[in-house]
Amino acid sequence: MSFEAFLIVAAVLFCIGLYGSLARRNVLAVLMSIELMFNAVNVTLVAMAKYLAPAGLQENISTALTGQVFAVFVITVAAAEIALGLGIVFAMYRTNESVDLTEASQLRH
Amino acid sequence: MLFQDVVFWLLSVVAVGCALGVVLIRDLFRAALLLVAVFIAVGGYFVLLNAEFLAVVQVLIYAGAIAVLIIFAVMLTRDVQQGNQPNRLQIPAGIFAALLLAAMVVVAIDTQWNFLPEEERQSVELVQTSAVATIPSESMERAGVTDAAKQAEVREAGLADLLIGKYVLPFEAVSVLLLAALIGALALVRPRPGSGISNPGGTGGDAD
Repeated sequence: MSFEAFLIVAAVLFCIGLYGSLARRNVLAVLMSIELMFNAVNVTLVAMAKYLAPAGLQENISTALTGQVFAVFVITVAAAEIALGLGIVFAMYRTNESVDLTEASQLRH
Repeated sequence: MLFQDVVFWLLSVVAVGCALGVVLIRDLFRAALLLVAVFIAVGGYFVLLNAEFLAVVQVLIYAGAIAVLIIFAVMLTRDVQQGNQPNRLQIPAGIFAALLLAAMVVVAIDTQWNFLPEEERQSVELVQTSAVATIPSESMERAGVTDAAKQAEVREAGLADLLIGKYVLPFEAVSVLLLAALIGALALVRPRPGSGISNPGGTGGDAD
């Protein structure tokens, strides 16, 4: 269970999420794939916090938690994203009667 | 170490398998349930990586709140069983994701990482596992941190030290962002004035 193993598993999760967000037609499936990508990034951040030496570790040992702090920020941004995303999904469902992304073309000229 | 290896590979099988299920299964409801399994597996990774506070946050916020929101949204829309259709970009998207994966794996293996020095490992591990708690002196000595100055340093360190100290500006910005997102979501799902329907989404006919 080395550092590289964590990085590779996170990369696999990220690419699955990327594929899902590009190749699906349902907005909700795209949102779920984006959540997968957020989680992969969080795993990378926390793995780096555990295995790598941050700058300024000698002066203040709290810097060992930098990766975890960034993961907290990512989780907060993900919560904001899902709240807004689902709001947009409901607005779109009310207007379109469907959540199919290929039918969402009202903004096209 | 062997036990941790076994846990790591089990979690990896669960996480990658369920993630594949999320993007490949047609039934959106099952995809949402598999997503919860991925969230819990990622919480397991956080425990392996000394981030116990984040593991709790992961289960509470992701597997709790966000999963419930997504499942609500799935149940409120139509075509749940056949909802997860692929679009025309399937093959290009697969190729792009595979290329990106190959690039990331090469970078992860090739880079000369600046690993933590061996003599710091004990104290860093203590700081990380007790990011939101105070550590008694006995457990520090059991872990091999015996120097008094080092013990004081470890005792003072914590997540809040960074959140309220070095990263206070991003912390405040993120709280404003969360508030703005909540107000924005409320404004988006509010029934339009004059539509005369107090139950948005109930009939679906109140658009424009």
